[in-house]
Amino acid sequence: MRSRDILFRPILDENPITLQILGICSALAITNSVLSALIMSLALTAVLVFSNTAVSLIRHHLPSSVRLIVQVTFVASAVIVVDEILRAYAPEVSRTLTVYVGLIVTNCIVLARAETFAMNNSVGRSILDALGNGLGYSIILVIVSVIRELFGTGSVLGIKVLPLATDGGWFQPPALMLLPASAFFIIAAIIWSIRSWNGSQIEETEFRPLDLYEEDR
Amino acid sequence: MNDLLTIFVRSIFVENLALAFFLGMCTFLAVSKQIRTAIGLGVAMIVVLTVTVPANNLIYTYMLREGALDWAGFGHLDLRYLGLISYIGVIAAIVQILEMLLNRYFPALYFALGVYLPLLTVNCAILGASLFMVQRDYGFVESVAFGAGVGTGWALAVVALAGLREKLRYADVPGGLRGLGITFIVAGLMSLAFMGLAGIQFQ
Repeated sequence: MRSRDILFRPILDENPITLQILGICSALAITNSVLSALIMSLALTAVLVFSNTAVSLIRHHLPSSVRLIVQVTFVASAVIVVDEILRAYAPEVSRTLTVYVGLIVTNCIVLARAETFAMNNSVGRSILDALGNGLGYSIILVIVSVIRELFGTGSVLGIKVLPLATDGGWFQPPALMLLPASAFFIIAAIIWSIRSWNGSQIEETEFRPLDLYEEDR
Repeated sequence: MNDLLTIFVRSIFVENLALAFFLGMCTFLAVSKQIRTAIGLGVAMIVVLTVTVPANNLIYTYMLREGALDWAGFGHLDLRYLGLISYIGVIAAIVQILEMLLNRYFPALYFALGVYLPLLTVNCAILGASLFMVQRDYGFVESVAFGAGVGTGWALAVVALAGLREKLRYADVPGGLRGLGITFIVAGLMSLAFMGLAGIQFQ
């Protein structure tokens, strides 16, 4: 695979959230504001780059029986550093993200990329792969959070876009958008649009009524 | 006693880890195709959460908290920043021990759980429950009630979703929504339904 493909394929064609079903917890939980989604994306991308680089560097010296525990240790160390930095320089955001920064340790994207890509590829390619997957994750997070914040509060990143009815405007925000459940529906809509545009990602049906007729014949 | 019951029931219905905090979503969506496997996974979650949350509570109270190492003469240390790495280590170790114990004494349950047991190490619901326990300052007994409650709540949610998905197989879903997409929508509707329980008051 060419370097450009490694970097850009995870954005649409092999998106970690909509196709690989990885890292969904945080995508749903912290997308009610654009700021926390951006910080979370940055944090995850930083951890991903660090863990992919580290795992790729020692991949020839790593016995396969202990590789998981070594990978988890790398990831956990990187997350602790990111968590401490956030607490020191962005305490407010760190408070709104609560436990979800810590949960990057068990974010499946990080472990899956270390296990499937960094274990078999050179450092440079692993870094590109980490950046690409971080970007694919960030794009979904930003899209979901922009929709939720815009229609939930009428503003994006503190800039007023839709004047609220309570301040004399015309927009009555639907409360659903601020509820966690709305993230499910928005991600489902994103999956639907990506798969309608790229038919190869459509899943097979497990059951077709026609099968019954054919068996009868 | 009443408080413990409140924590237990709240963590099942009101603060359901899967449907209100979206923890353990990857497993939740991937392993909910059949009721049978969902029940196995749910039982594993209840067992692992009831053991790991109190264990991490002990680690936090006697080793990590500010001044916790007083008994060893290191009262000035604050090791809270080591929390994440210790919790994940404890969880991995306990899951491993549990696997060996089940294999030796309850082989039927061990084979029923199969591959899900080791996978629970990287399930974010388990680590998340420990982090919530620390954040809310639960004591030891409270953390047992909390662990059992969130485990039961998660199991309930995954079995319910599996039941819905078994029926959904016979539905004619539009191409792009098939599989993952429609599962997201079903999970969203379940999450909305669970919000109806948020008004429960305990006296």
